[in-house]
Amino acid sequence: MTGTELTVRIWRGQEDGEFQTYRLATRAAQTVLDVVTEIQRGQEPDLAYRYACRVGMCGSCAMTVNGAPRWTCRTRVSAVARKGILKLQPLRNLPVVKDLVVDMTTFFVKWQKAKGVFEPGSVPLADFAIVKPNSAERRAVDAGVECIGCGICYSACDVVAWDRDYLGPAALNRAWTLVNDVRDRGQTERLAAVAAVGGCHSCHTHMSCTRLCPKNLAPTYAIGGLKRASARAALKVTT
Amino acid sequence: MKRSTSFMRSQRRAGVVAALVHRLSGLALTVFLPAHFLALGAALSGAKAFERFMNVTNNPVIKVLEVGLVTSLAVHLACGLRLLAIEFLNLHERTAVTIAICFAFALACGLLFLLNVQMGSVQVVPS
Repeated sequence: MTGTELTVRIWRGQEDGEFQTYRLATRAAQTVLDVVTEIQRGQEPDLAYRYACRVGMCGSCAMTVNGAPRWTCRTRVSAVARKGILKLQPLRNLPVVKDLVVDMTTFFVKWQKAKGVFEPGSVPLADFAIVKPNSAERRAVDAGVECIGCGICYSACDVVAWDRDYLGPAALNRAWTLVNDVRDRGQTERLAAVAAVGGCHSCHTHMSCTRLCPKNLAPTYAIGGLKRASARAALKVTT
Repeated sequence: MKRSTSFMRSQRRAGVVAALVHRLSGLALTVFLPAHFLALGAALSGAKAFERFMNVTNNPVIKVLEVGLVTSLAVHLACGLRLLAIEFLNLHERTAVTIAICFAFALACGLLFLLNVQMGSVQVVPS
């Protein structure tokens, strides 16, 4: 594939804008982020995009590549280009700042709304909490705790596109890890938050978040866990 | 040009297709239910009224629709059980495989019903 021409269509502007076409030569083992950087340095100096680590640790280079949200630093052109064409757009479901850069504020505000923050309680624990590595709770935390908040799942989610109040897979996944944290003292408020309108019960189990998560996490199953926990809590309240 | 936020074609994978089929089959069933209640209600007016209603349904178009109805019911049931298993039994599935099983089950139900319709239409002439 090296040396052949690659056609790249990039979204320019904000919510209103248009695609502009760039052409460049393909290179061996080239990533989508390499392509955007080459265009920005050689053809379009005011092209806005975001990246930091370039090695799949920060998640800031997430964009929509040929219709699916991906980390561009970990996506090889050869794996996603269709007939030598790449179509790059900003992440779906988030407002565009400029070109390929989105405003992540809503995404993180929803983490707060889902009570995705450790709640230590007013009085510190008298002793260390004993958490067995193979306990069900610890394994549930392990399954979801590696999320780095890149927004891929949020962009992939159709329910977020339909319902702007929906908390989204990342926030709910974070809440589920905390529901399983035996040290946390904010469980009642957290379950009330995730079971409210726009919470876990809005999930339609499309599995897009689970399919596209670059960390191979499964927010769908975390959301299933929240559905069970909130149903149990509701039964306890009514009986 | 406005930025498109519509359904991305590349996102139309098994999970999304299952959700779509689940919802559409549910809608099909809600269309059927009033007709079903009308049929049952006709029985309240006596056997003749019920027979009259049933005779109306005894035509090839309705028979074909019935096969679709049974398939819809089966796919709705199977997709619903899949969701319940994920949500309440913590099933970690291989999505495409589970959904293929759901659809195969529905198709089998539809074909079995079709077979029954065919067998039912065969006139056995006593010797």
